[in-house]
This record gives sequence, C-alpha cells and structure tokens, in this order.
Amino acid sequence: MDKSYDAVMSRKNEIMKKAMGLDYSDFQINDMAFDYEKMMTKAGLPIDEIRKIQLSNKVGNTPLFELKNITRLVRKTSEKGKGARIFLKDEAANASGSFKARRASVSAYMAKKHGYKGIVAATSGNYGAAVASQAAIYNLGCIILQEVFDSRFKGQPEIIEKTRKCEAYGAEVIQLSVGPELFYCLLDVLEDTGYFNASLYTPFGIAGVETLGYELSMQCKDITGKFPENVVITHAGGGNLTGTARGIKKAGGNSKVIGASVDLHGLHMASDNDFNKKSFTTGHTGFGIPFATWPDRVDVPKNAARPLRYMEKYLTVSQVEVFFTTELLSQVEGMERGPAGNTSLAAAIALSRELPEDEIIVVQETEYTSAGKHPSAQLTFAKENGIDVKVGDPRDNVPGKNIIIPENISQLGYKEIPIDKLRKTYLKNIKKNYGYIDTKTKENVDFLTAELNINADRLAQLIQEVF
Amino acid sequence: MWVQIEKVVLEAKERTAKIPEDTLKCDYIMRLNGILIEGEAVKGNEVIIKTLTGRTITGTFKERLPEYGHDFGKPVEELLHIGPVHRKMLEEENNG
Ligand SMILES: Cc1ncc(COP(=O)(O)O)c(C=O)c1O
Repeated sequence: MDKSYDAVMSRKNEIMKKAMGLDYSDFQINDMAFDYEKMMTKAGLPIDEIRKIQLSNKVGNTPLFELKNITRLVRKTSEKGKGARIFLKDEAANASGSFKARRASVSAYMAKKHGYKGIVAATSGNYGAAVASQAAIYNLGCIILQEVFDSRFKGQPEIIEKTRKCEAYGAEVIQLSVGPELFYCLLDVLEDTGYFNASLYTPFGIAGVETLGYELSMQCKDITGKFPENVVITHAGGGNLTGTARGIKKAGGNSKVIGASVDLHGLHMASDNDFNKKSFTTGHTGFGIPFATWPDRVDVPKNAARPLRYMEKYLTVSQVEVFFTTELLSQVEGMERGPAGNTSLAAAIALSRELPEDEIIVVQETEYTSAGKHPSAQLTFAKENGIDVKVGDPRDNVPGKNIIIPENISQLGYKEIPIDKLRKTYLKNIKKNYGYIDTKTKENVDFLTAELNINADRLAQLIQEVF
Repeated sequence: MWVQIEKVVLEAKERTAKIPEDTLKCDYIMRLNGILIEGEAVKGNEVIIKTLTGRTITGTFKERLPEYGHDFGKPVEELLHIGPVHRKMLEEENNG
C-alpha cells in the first residue's frame, strides 16, 4: 500500500470511518449545516449510563471543595460586600489525574464493546494519559501520538511528563517534532493497527464530560442549597466547556458558563521557534480562539466540541497569574495541583472580586501536578529559554519575553474577549470555508443561531457588520 | 534491551502542510521506544524494535535506556514571597 503523505491523507475519510464506526454523513443536513443534537444522542449514551460506566472504571464523583482562605483573601482586598464564594472541583482525583479521564472513558468503553483490539489518540496532553489509563483498565492496546520536541530535540517538560505517564500505563508513545503532520502519522497508525480512534472531539468524548457539569451542579446544591451562579472552565479545544455546559443543563442548572484561557497572543502554535517559549501546553488562547471560531479543524469530520454554543463570557489571564495562583493554592489551601485547572481558578479569583458575597463561583477542575508540570519546572525551563522572570506588575507581561510575578492577590486581573468578536470570526470562517453564507433557508438559520447562541435578528445584524 | 530509535517521517523539502517558515526548514522527526530485536545497538545504525503494542518498526538507533530527563527544576526565588505575604494577610484578618 502507498504510505506516502499524499496517499495516506487522501484515504482520510475511509480510515476514520473504520476507526470510529461512525458515519458522520448521517448527521449532515447540507454542505454547511448538520444536526448537532442528533449526533450527540445517536452516537452517545444516556448520561445515567455514562455515570455508571465511569464510576465502575475509576472516573467521576470527585470532591467539590470550598476554597475558604482564598475567598477570604479576595474579600479582604475587595470593596465591601464583594467576593463571591469560590469552590473547586478536584478532578485530579480521577484515575489518570484530570477530567480527561471522563472523556477517555466512553471511547474506551465503545472500543471494547465493538471489538477493537486497541485505541489510538493524537494528543500531547492529559488526554493521552487518560486514554492510556482507561486502556489499561480494559486491557486494550494503546498508542499515543505526541508533539514533544523542537528541531534541537528540546522537549517541553510538561509533554515529556505525559510521555512518561502514558508509558507508565503501558501505552506506546510516538514522539514527534513540531508540526501538524501528526495527523498523517495518526492516520498511518490507525490504518496499520485497525485500532479505534479515540479522538478528543467525538460525541463519545464530549458526552463523557457532561457528567462533570452534572456532578458539580448537584454537589453545589447539596452543600449550599443552590446551583452555582457562575462556573469557570479552562478552555482550549472546547470539549471541557461544551461537555460541562451540557451537563449543567442536564442537571437543571442555569449557571453562567465562563471560559478562561492563558493569554499566549503573539506565539505561533506551529512554530518551531516559539514551541519552547510557552510555559503552558494547553488551556491557552493559541487553541482557545481558533477552536471556538472554527471547531471543525480537527481529526473528525464534525467536532462535537462547539464552545460558542454555550460560552457566555471569555476571560484570559497571563501565564504568570496562573503560576501565582498555583503557588497560592499550595500555600493557603494546602493543595498542590497542575497548571490547566489553575487557569480557571486565576480567572475566578479576579472575577470573584466583582461579584456579591452571596454568589458562588465553581472552578470546575483541577489536574495533577508533577515533575515537568510544576511551576518550578516551568519557570526554570523558561529561564533557560531566555525568558526574564521577576516580581512586579503582571500587566507588563509579554508572552515569550518575560514573566512578571505579582506581589499579592489584589494584582490578579483578567482580560475579556467579547463573545461577539469570536462570533464574527466564526462567520468569517464559515464564509472562508464554504465560499458563502446562505441564510435564506430555515435550516441554515437554525444551524447558525444554535452555533452562535443568538437569535435570528442578531445573526442578521452580525452578518451585516462583518461583510 | 529497551532502546529508542529515530526516523525522519518527512524531510524538510517534502513538507507541504501550511506551517510557519521556521518549521518548514526542519525535517519532521519521530522517536519511538521499544525492545531491540534486530541490528547492533550502535548510534546511527539501522535497527528493528518491537514496540509496546507489538509493532515492529525500523529506524536509526539512538540510545539505550532513553531518559525522560524532566524534573522539578530549581527553587524559584520569585515565588517565595507568596506564602508568607498571604498567610500574614489571613492572620491579620483573624486578629481584626
Ligand atoms: C487538565 C485540562 N484542563 C483543561 C483542558 C482544556 O480542555 P479543552 O481542550 O477541552 O478545552 C485540558 C486539555 O486541553 C486539560 O488537560
């Protein structure tokens, strides 16, 4: 068989169909529009069933803790009457150390049920560890493809840690240099092995995260007597936010869904040069903005993670604010946790300061920490890569150049990216990819208004403003 | 013997994906670990390994017992103030 780049890429659709047992044309309405809810129900499982599968496979039922000392510190540095209560869902308690275990669990279950001998995932993050952990539980073969090193063979410490963790669970890890050709390698491996593609973006994966939104709503109600007014979610590829938001709805809650990412503007994601200038490998704007504004840039025909359907506010924080928050969480709450979860916590601290004391903010995840992930590992690495680290005003931070650590909690802030700005970029991307935006038919209007979570009048207005 | 091999997946001139220029100048490279089953463990030699999922793959021998090499780094002096500053704030609050 011809294994050249072009030949393998041209077999993309058949390889994927075989590797997931899902025919996406079932959900297609026309060129542009497809039936998202049909995809989510037909391909998935009911939430009670997913909860059962997860609980019997070391996933879910993670604790929800109130961060009383951090809340007190916020109130001490805020206007009187301000300082919403902050709660944290300790997702690090899942078997593989992050919420990604929820996402992997349904895929592993499906792979086993449909007789696949193994599962494959292309991911440099916690998801690889999650897939490897679930594969170990189900005794499935497992291959993880990671983008690990630059052309000097310098590996990002956090990603090397993921290599180690995947191998610890018995997975084979294919380590690759910087570039999107990882997708070619993924197709090649799927074709060779006949394994299941546990893509991050299938309906299985996203349905697996719904239990997180469901649990946090119920737990918050148990503890405080009400659903949280606000849920802050670390956002990158959009699955965390999409799944959590859907789960909150299924629990009957109506919390405000707030995305948070680390601001990495100016650093190019596929640049060999920039690769090791980043102190964060996920939960950042380098993924957060492109994935929100064009979800279908992924390894499946239709991405089940569609954050603009749910996101009501999008906040960014600097790398340094997350390092600060990580240290604060250890020092005053006695919890040492990893970077991605603390991104939403950093945003929640700044947000809490503006909200009344009787409101609740749930930060919906933590992740494990370790060698490579810890602030000391990342800041030592940053210094080695020529980044200037010092104490001062975090607003002077320039990603890739310096890291200025705040003196105290009152300096934490966020920047807001207006959702309408993202919606407009989404519309531009529709036009770029299909050549036109057709809003003459009801099905197209229904699709676009659902995609952007707005009504038809607002859609017409936005289109007029953009074109 | 547990070893690491290296393979050039695509040479720089074969790369056609839409990527920045600095990346386009580099070969696209894979590294893979497994048990050495054929060939001599000498740097630069072509060898065959068996991976953890049982695949046999040919590549250039790189090293025996590849090290992860990541660690916790050095203590960061710029973070040292965070604990004391905020514990003091909490204490003041308790007292007043
Ligand atoms: C621990 C953790 N939190 C949050 C995220 C962001 O999730 P998503 O990519 O679904 O937006 C990731 C992965 O990217 C993660 O590993």
